[in-house]
Amino acid sequence: MYAFDYHRPKSLRQAVNLLAKVEDAKLLAGGHTLLPTMKQRLAAPANIIDLNGIAELAGIERKGRAVVIGAMTRHADVAESPIVQEAIPALAELADQIGDPQVRNRGTIGGSIANNDPAADYPAACIALGATIITNKRKVPAEEFFTGLFETALEEGEIITRVSFPLPSKAAYMKFPNPASRYALVGVFVAKRGAEVRVAVTGAGADGVFRVGAMEEALKARFSPKSLEGIKVPSKGLNSDIHADADYRAHLIGVMARRAVANATGKA
Amino acid sequence: MSATGIGAAVRRKEDQRFITGKGQYTDDINRPGQAYAYFLRSPHAHATIKKIDAKAALAMPGVIAVLTGDDLAADKIGGLICGWMIHSKDGSPMKAGPHPALAQGKVRYVGDHVAVVVAESLAQAKDAAEAVKVDYAELKAVVDPAAAQKNGAPQVHDVSSDNTVYQWHLGDKAATDAAFKQAKHVTRLDLVNNRLIPNAIEPRAAIGEYDPGTDAYTLYTTSQNPHVARLVLSAFVGIAPEHKLRVIAPDVGGGFGSKIFIYAEETVCTWAAKKVGRPVKWTAERSESFLADAHGRDHVTRAELALDDRGRILGLRVKTIANLGAYLSTFASSVPTYLYAPLLSGQYDIPAIYCEVDGVYTNTAPVDAYRGAGRPEATFVVERLVEVAAREMGLDPAALRKRNYIKKFPHQTPVIMNYDIGNYHASLDKALELADYQNFAKRKRESARRGRLRGIGFSSYIEACGIAPSQAVGSLGAGVGLWESAEVRVNPTGSVEILTGSHSHGQGHETTFAQLVSDRLGIPIEHVTVIHGDTDKVQFGMGTYGSRSGAVGMAAIAKAIDKVIAKGKKVAAHVLEASEGDIEFKDGKFTVAGTDKALGFGDVALQAYIAHKFSGQDLEPGLKEGAFYDPTNFTFPAGMHICEVEVDPQTGVTTIERWTAVDDFGTVINPMIVEGQVHGGVAQGIGQALLEGARYDENGQLVTASFMDYCMPRAGDLPSFTVGMTTTPCPSNPLGIKGCGEAGAIAAPAAVINAITDAVGHEDVAMPATPQVVWRACQKAAQRMAAE
Repeated sequence: MYAFDYHRPKSLRQAVNLLAKVEDAKLLAGGHTLLPTMKQRLAAPANIIDLNGIAELAGIERKGRAVVIGAMTRHADVAESPIVQEAIPALAELADQIGDPQVRNRGTIGGSIANNDPAADYPAACIALGATIITNKRKVPAEEFFTGLFETALEEGEIITRVSFPLPSKAAYMKFPNPASRYALVGVFVAKRGAEVRVAVTGAGADGVFRVGAMEEALKARFSPKSLEGIKVPSKGLNSDIHADADYRAHLIGVMARRAVANATGKA
Repeated sequence: MSATGIGAAVRRKEDQRFITGKGQYTDDINRPGQAYAYFLRSPHAHATIKKIDAKAALAMPGVIAVLTGDDLAADKIGGLICGWMIHSKDGSPMKAGPHPALAQGKVRYVGDHVAVVVAESLAQAKDAAEAVKVDYAELKAVVDPAAAQKNGAPQVHDVSSDNTVYQWHLGDKAATDAAFKQAKHVTRLDLVNNRLIPNAIEPRAAIGEYDPGTDAYTLYTTSQNPHVARLVLSAFVGIAPEHKLRVIAPDVGGGFGSKIFIYAEETVCTWAAKKVGRPVKWTAERSESFLADAHGRDHVTRAELALDDRGRILGLRVKTIANLGAYLSTFASSVPTYLYAPLLSGQYDIPAIYCEVDGVYTNTAPVDAYRGAGRPEATFVVERLVEVAAREMGLDPAALRKRNYIKKFPHQTPVIMNYDIGNYHASLDKALELADYQNFAKRKRESARRGRLRGIGFSSYIEACGIAPSQAVGSLGAGVGLWESAEVRVNPTGSVEILTGSHSHGQGHETTFAQLVSDRLGIPIEHVTVIHGDTDKVQFGMGTYGSRSGAVGMAAIAKAIDKVIAKGKKVAAHVLEASEGDIEFKDGKFTVAGTDKALGFGDVALQAYIAHKFSGQDLEPGLKEGAFYDPTNFTFPAGMHICEVEVDPQTGVTTIERWTAVDDFGTVINPMIVEGQVHGGVAQGIGQALLEGARYDENGQLVTASFMDYCMPRAGDLPSFTVGMTTTPCPSNPLGIKGCGEAGAIAAPAAVINAITDAVGHEDVAMPATPQVVWRACQKAAQRMAAE
């Protein structure tokens, strides 16, 4: 690790001011991607702005027909939250499947979303549930937020503060973990809200999280695992690595989607 | 049996310090004035080094020295050695290329040692390493051993134009070919034994120290055999004479073979300590362990089994290409030859066996012994063949095994080994019972109702342990003898120190060895301390590997104890004024036969040291004896492991539902520790079968260079194990011990793959059998069924 200057602001305002003032700064949330990269000397930010001292960024609340989660809320807190468990149990279950206990007690929802790792779990939930990413400057619909591999719509000086998840009528997340890293090899989040159905896939896409239109249409007609039978996801544009090639990933998307729908309809 | 004697499940004495964080590992040791070493490693798999410019690095803060292969050469420091000479079929000696501790003109794998930076702090050493300018001329790399043997392949070492280290063989080719001519059925398999990366919890570490006052060196290091390290560093590398080099291997956190070898890092730290006039410390980061610890396995094999029409095995023919990596590590040459082919007879009476092995250089990390070392590879070949043969011939796999088991002992196999004892039917029968084999079909139907495929797989393994009779291994090319030494030091108050040449790095020697002493001398186990891992304390020793510490290390202790008792009788005779021949020793008491005159062990110890009751002419004072034990044969632990799996055909996910292990380890000293060894070995074997696999890309970059991609087994990947025992005490071992440390890792891979292939109905399941591999096998099975 190279030397850097460390800042620990106490408020969002201080953090935003620091971000505007200091050169070459990185925000530190859970640190699970940033710190290993720095230790390997692959990243060398001049300044680290640690968000862990900002109490206002953490917390979970129910706001009408939505659950709003602070950016610095740990995965374990989402998983164990009675609010989330009651309102969107699929989201609590997703959080409970991230990494291992150490990761879940350190990693944050804001950090995960801002990093947009193509194998992270939260992006699938954000897209499928139609979440809104709230920053210090604006509100961004999830659809517009995840722009590519490790790329987001976040601009200079922008910090995620909260994520708002509208309540679905039915939802489930089915994850096929990479046996080594436990990241999603394929993760499928299925959500039904009113007439709308969304199927979001993480782990598989070469450009990160994506929706499967054909599945959504079929599920709109009838929200049942049977509706997905015979729908094949093309392997073009999917990741291939030593753990899973594109064909296998394409196949797994089908399996995971059917299981997610079965789960969401209580037929698993 | 006493509560702490042989056969008692005594809780481990060493665990108090380990589980309270009081262990003393190499990295816990800090020497006054110590500096830190950081190794600059090759980013290329194959390149010539045109120039190394360290000027800028030397000018950086805290930098003490930057040393390269040129400095080693200038100091006339020799290269690392491979201590087992293998001769090719044509009689020519193996082609061993140079193995300098720091590269001299060429790098041969990613992670190869280019230079060492010594600085006041590790961070400064790392910073400076980035400023060392190395001018490389990249060469094409070769990572696949079969490709390495082809014309025009990149040449790793000048000594071998086709990268072949040796073309070795064992057995009778003509007799084996004749057996195949008679065969009514031949089973053929192409098998890959996947490359593994050891990953002990404690990474390797070293501190070199030089004392100019005594002109002597001390090396603290993570070694399974500190005396062998001292011998190699003295006699071959030439850092210091043996009596001027002390090697200390303190608490060591796991080895699995990877800490047997003498590596570049400890060599350089010891040498550099004198050069810079400071203790020099290095601790591997996990990334370095992945790149530069010796890897294991990596065989490509064509195997054929000849049978008659009733399923009697007539012959076995095996051709293996073994990837030895870029350099020959300390025992690399022996692993795919003498630790492999002599086990190809398995538990079976096979009249004819012929095995050819090519050892090959590639631009990958050196490959050497890893838990089981050659024997897991042999078991995988034999047990896959037998299982597939049974399926092809429509025979019950248990019945086919029974038909071919060796029934009479001793049994001379066609491949060197003379099995002294065993009862393979007994372990099979017990395993079938514990595994509830008779209800397997019912469980399979129940799984099918849930859309799952259930399969069962057997593995009748055998291993040659207790390595080894020195004369025998010497005749096969070993550079050392493989006896063990022990010293029993009785203190005047009757407590005992055991000094052993074995080394404990997780095996629980401090408990097991003390149990033997407590049992034999009739003293409380708390009165016994086991000392190991320091060449200044223990006179000599060959270390711990090859499941040898119980069978060989403890036999040496037993022999020394016998001498202590004999001397004690002499002392007691003087004190009790009786004739020595009338003194009996039992339950910690020396008695005069037929009388009530007696002396406790502690009384005799005191009398031996105060020496008031005998003159120096009659008897030497003191009570301390040493012994060297050289085995007369290998030992042959064997057993049956049965694995039952369930496969999800939609995803290819395999879960292990049941694991039954029935092992015959001969006499067991501590059944709890032995069961732990079985659990650990099986976990490693399941790791190899389902999860672990080192992969290089075509340019020689290690793709699985961290736990993000290299999958170690976790508790959740494993079932609860059912462990049973059968016992035939080893006749050639004074304690009846055979050894247990490697059994699980040897047995498990074949059992897992046999179970998966049974479940999915297709034999094409390579290790590691990841979900993708198993799913494809399911697809192939479905296609074949559709075609039929």
